[in-house]
Amino acid sequence: MRTAVITFPASNCNRDAAVALEKVTGEPPVMVWHRESELPQGIDFVVLPGGFSYGDYLRCGAMASRSPIVKDLVEKANKGLAVAGFCNGFQVLTEAGLLPGALMRNKGLKFVCRPENLKITNSDSRYTTKYGSTTDVTFPVAHHDGNYYADDETLNKLEKRGQVVFRYADNPNGSARDIAGICNEAGNVFGMMPHPERAVDAMHGGTDGINLFKSIIESI
Amino acid sequence: MKAIIYVGLKPGVLDPQGRAISRSLNDLGFEEVAAARQGKVIELDLTGEDPESVESRVTEMCEKLLANTVIESYRIEIED
Repeated sequence: MRTAVITFPASNCNRDAAVALEKVTGEPPVMVWHRESELPQGIDFVVLPGGFSYGDYLRCGAMASRSPIVKDLVEKANKGLAVAGFCNGFQVLTEAGLLPGALMRNKGLKFVCRPENLKITNSDSRYTTKYGSTTDVTFPVAHHDGNYYADDETLNKLEKRGQVVFRYADNPNGSARDIAGICNEAGNVFGMMPHPERAVDAMHGGTDGINLFKSIIESI
Repeated sequence: MKAIIYVGLKPGVLDPQGRAISRSLNDLGFEEVAAARQGKVIELDLTGEDPESVESRVTEMCEKLLANTVIESYRIEIED
């Protein structure tokens, strides 16, 4: 099992992601710098970390989504590579067109930073199977632009196909239909604004995030 | 040539910053402000000389990077 974390200028959860991956796989991930044009051979799972890539210039995730490494990532994700983006990573995935919709400024205009209760709304996804019958989890959120938007037709499709994987119990940012995390139609690409990689150590307030990593790793 | 590109949220997409701006203006006594929308302006200095081909290239730039057409629309003005 080989995993990788792509690091952009001003990513700030790359280390959290690496710690979470090493905890679950027993091996440190390959850290891939944004200037690389290709992922290393034999990578099974890639995490796009949180942060403020390229200073959030133009739009959150816009610059990162056009970087050479993400171009290669898009090609591989379209062929089935497992890819997860958390927070800024989710924004990059929508900007890159790997996930539908967009993340807009929070409805309340405030940066929201707190533990957030979530509902698992698809327990059969490749990212949630290890949760079993558990439907309530708590992951931290920390974002200013997490207000998920898509048109009604897209939202209806997402719901019908089971692509809405997590919803907020108490919507912190105005996201359409309380959506916190979605996957693509094939199920290999997943994005969410909350931070499962910051919920893998009891000393940090909880370990609800571990099963998300276990789920996707075991599915490979 | 110069291209000026106005990027804003599409009609129907909630603009919380615009709403805060219109409320603030109301609070300052500008009761006539019924709504505000906030966008951004991008100016490009370009080497091309044919306005039509410049506009078609700038349109491509908007579609590929400058606007996220899921939520935003754009308008292009070309100046000599």
